[in-house]
Amino acid sequence: MSVQTAARHGSAGASSPARFRTTLRPPRTRRRSRRSVALTLLMGLVLLYSLAPLFWLLVNATKTQDGLLNSFGLWFDADFALGDNIARTATYDGGIFLRWFANTVLYVVLGAGGATFLAVLGGYALAKFDFPGRKAVFAVVIGAVAIPGTALAVPTFLMFSQMGLTNTPWAVIIPSLISPFGLYLMWTFASEAIPTEIMESARIDGASEARTFFQVCLPLLTPGIVTVLLFTMVATWNNYFLPLIMLKNPDWYPLTLGLNAWNAQAATAGGEAIFNLVITGSLLTILPLIAAFLLLQRYWQSGLSAGSVKE
Amino acid sequence: MIKTLTRRGLLQSSAVAAALALGFTACGGGGNAAPQQTVSSDAVEQALQKGGKLTVWAWDQSLKKVAEGFEAKYPNVDVNLVNAGTGNDQYTALQNAISAGSGVPDVAQIEYYALPQFALSKSLADLGQFGAADLDGTFTAGPWSSVRAQGGVYGLPMDSGPMALFYNKELFDKHGIAVPTTWDEFLEAGRALKKADPKAYIANDTGDAGFTTSMIWQAGGKPYQVDGTNVGVNFSDEGSTKFAETWQKLIDEDLLAPISSWSDEWYKGLGNGTIATLSTGAWMPGNLVSGVADGAGKWRVAPLPQWEKGATSSSENGGSSLAIPAASSQAALAYGFLKYSNVEEGVQTRIDGGAFPATSKDLASEKFQNTQFKYFGGQKANQIFAESAKNVPAGWSYLPFQVYANSIFNDTAGQAYVSGTKLKDGLTDWQKASVKYGTDQGFTVKE
Repeated sequence: MSVQTAARHGSAGASSPARFRTTLRPPRTRRRSRRSVALTLLMGLVLLYSLAPLFWLLVNATKTQDGLLNSFGLWFDADFALGDNIARTATYDGGIFLRWFANTVLYVVLGAGGATFLAVLGGYALAKFDFPGRKAVFAVVIGAVAIPGTALAVPTFLMFSQMGLTNTPWAVIIPSLISPFGLYLMWTFASEAIPTEIMESARIDGASEARTFFQVCLPLLTPGIVTVLLFTMVATWNNYFLPLIMLKNPDWYPLTLGLNAWNAQAATAGGEAIFNLVITGSLLTILPLIAAFLLLQRYWQSGLSAGSVKE
Repeated sequence: MIKTLTRRGLLQSSAVAAALALGFTACGGGGNAAPQQTVSSDAVEQALQKGGKLTVWAWDQSLKKVAEGFEAKYPNVDVNLVNAGTGNDQYTALQNAISAGSGVPDVAQIEYYALPQFALSKSLADLGQFGAADLDGTFTAGPWSSVRAQGGVYGLPMDSGPMALFYNKELFDKHGIAVPTTWDEFLEAGRALKKADPKAYIANDTGDAGFTTSMIWQAGGKPYQVDGTNVGVNFSDEGSTKFAETWQKLIDEDLLAPISSWSDEWYKGLGNGTIATLSTGAWMPGNLVSGVADGAGKWRVAPLPQWEKGATSSSENGGSSLAIPAASSQAALAYGFLKYSNVEEGVQTRIDGGAFPATSKDLASEKFQNTQFKYFGGQKANQIFAESAKNVPAGWSYLPFQVYANSIFNDTAGQAYVSGTKLKDGLTDWQKASVKYGTDQGFTVKE
């Protein structure tokens, strides 16, 4: 899905100057602008819908626990406590938040990074090499896409606990390495983005298979890799259910579980209500994802193979 | 594909896990077949001196200090205190670990209402083998009866929740309303408050299984009869009827705030005068202090209103025990921790941390009784709580599948709060659903 979006993105970017010029002609402009009122309105609504929760989060991360309960939800309180909240979030309960943050980064780097690497290798092989059993692999991968991961979580838990792996980081990382969707995505992308002629010419020039892959094909796959990486990153960063059943030791919690534990604390006898820290923690949790999207999105648009082959 | 989680998928699989957790209840069967093996207290002492690594699953925060004190007293023991989730989450995790046969903790915090479920499935060690039966009289009656089942002792009470009426005195004074001593007066006070301030409610309630059963308990009702795997569920007794009739009036006249307990809205309502009273366990002050800083000085404590004028009946709400899973290989050492935490030095540590004890001795101590609560304007609230603990009617029991039963409360009885269903009919629905589940699980259930 998103490869196509990405590809379309690329082509739209390429052709937009031409279109821009045509819009300068007066009669069409009027018709277009009339049409775009409804669209702009719709887009405004969607924008509002997506940004309102973020705005709420940002506003409320600046409030104290008291201010949170006693001030208007969508605007700032007189008491601006963002700095204090961040400091308390980082130090509360012996600085456990930073540990959860580091855990999440570890799971994302090894889990999402590994999943992307495997998906690229597998997708490339399936797209560019003909070997017996390819159809069977295709069926298995499509089948795997159809099974919700959560349905496998409990059996995975029982298997891992027999292997003595539960309550260790491996219990989160190993299942995260498998991304049938990512594999399928890379497969489709590789078969479109890498012209077989390029590989053939590389081989004729005497490049080994490994060199063909890493130096010739991999750069062509960049937009696809970034897409898969973003997908697996978001999925691993937000992963909740798998660590929930695999991990019992808070020292290995990712942020999702940790924040939930903080939130649940308010509902126990003698527990301290720290909604302000939960909210500030949530804000800190989404910042890296936003940064990743902003930094990586330009790679989506680079259609590297465009024009490299004359057909 | 574990990574592309949708919210729906998450809910579905939580249901899978819950089903897994709940499918175990009735496999235990026939009572005390295993011969009672007695381990002398020397064995426990030896285990403590020898030491080892003890994994404790608990969400109670005051246990952290207890664990430190325990490690200082017994330097060879290393306590690994793990918060494996609160309440239900932890029970699911515990059941998963027991089914998987690995990762089972040595000690687990289990609320009283959930204890029979784990005890009957033989998931917990009978502490009778360590002489826990000799602790009779150490704990107040309510919690002590809660940890015993089928002649065994399946946990040691950690805290208790004798009920009291917490009320916003400022609000009552402002409108010149008297603090209710009976539930009829409570209803009248609710009406008067609503008239004086349409935005204020006498209490909040959106349907809460634990609260409902506690109220029926106070009214002298005994809806649950449990004898091994023979179980009776009946919400037509006098106590249940009294509760249902009074509460129906509160619901019909919109006197209850539609705010769920423990939500942020609830914390807010307790602070700003939307919610005037709270009938709950004696562990509440700690939560008020940390969660409702606004209410400091405004709130007071009174004895729980009565069903009969002049009576002194009370009830228990909440509270947890520490239990030892049968799969633990270090039961003697674990028992040493239980005793330290719930009978010996740990009790005072937890009281200092704001917890409400279950030990009769501490409840009666002068220091405890004379503690002044700044939050309650210097009131010696513990005297009310300790009195309440003495007046809990005997003979109450929870179902051996209460965790499940409570989880379906809002689909049945709780409907009375959101639709036209009468509470009485809702309780009958709850009864039917509980009976059906119990029968499916292999219990012999009578209505």
